Amino acid sequence: MVSANGSDDFPTQFKILIAGGFGAGKTTFVGSTSEIEPLTTEEALTSASVGTDSLEGVENKATTTVAMDFGRITFSLHNLVLYLFGTPGQNRFWFMWDELSRGALGAVVIADTRRLQDCFAAIEFFEQRGIPFLVAVNEFDGSFRYEPDEVRNALDLKANVPVLLCDARDTRSATGVLISLIEHVLSTSQACPA
Amino acid sequence: MTVPDGEGSGTWMRPYTVTNGRTHPTTALQLISMVRTTGRVPPERLGGEHARALQLCHFPTSVAEVAAHLRQPVAITKVLLSDLIDSGAVTTRAPSATAHSTDLLEKVLDGLRQRL
Repeated sequence: MVSANGSDDFPTQFKILIAGGFGAGKTTFVGSTSEIEPLTTEEALTSASVGTDSLEGVENKATTTVAMDFGRITFSLHNLVLYLFGTPGQNRFWFMWDELSRGALGAVVIADTRRLQDCFAAIEFFEQRGIPFLVAVNEFDGSFRYEPDEVRNALDLKANVPVLLCDARDTRSATGVLISLIEHVLSTSQACPA
Repeated sequence: MTVPDGEGSGTWMRPYTVTNGRTHPTTALQLISMVRTTGRVPPERLGGEHARALQLCHFPTSVAEVAAHLRQPVAITKVLLSDLIDSGAVTTRAPSATAHSTDLLEKVLDGLRQRL
């Protein structure tokens, strides 16, 4: 049945976060997996709440903006659409942006073994929020190769958090990471309340 | 409702002039809330950014995509879209709380595997 406003054919939407330090390969990963050229949008992060409709002081309250890259994968057979949001990597301010993580299916934390410490904050955030995540070690040319278990120990990850190696530039490799994430979400019962 | 080009662009004052200074949408919209036109309000009846926003949602699309194509911050885009919802020009669907069901996730998984 199609209603007058046509709302019946809205696809069911999902959101996955792609996190990690600056330069770890988040944008590359989104670009490799997305069916569209990654899009960019920005949001203002305000320290003060803007509770009125007044413009007064807005220019002072909007202390910083964050830009996010995102991509999309459509599964038209089942009328589903998956959005991939790269979290802003230049700073840690995205943690203040609750909306980015609210309702997220899960997260991929991209690790650069040359700067593993850059993904500590993201890991801590997802652990605290109970958002299922995995760590994908982006294998850069010329970087030292670590075994997944070495990375797991260095990041002090729980045993059930998957750690995989990937090449964020490669569509098959990056899509494989998304598959592993969904499998991980399905295997963590608390992530499927419905 | 139209915004003069040129001077003033690139500051935070300019986006908010698009919404007459309003920073809160009347409809709660999320980044991945879907929007689409109802066809009941022709874009010609609307002002600049509202008309552009309306033209971007002929097919179901997300708030984030409309914001990116409009080149407006998400907060501004939400106000514009909620205006369009209030006027009956656009209809919306929020992400479903039951979307993460095993059945739907299996379908996402199948879809991803087919892309390999």
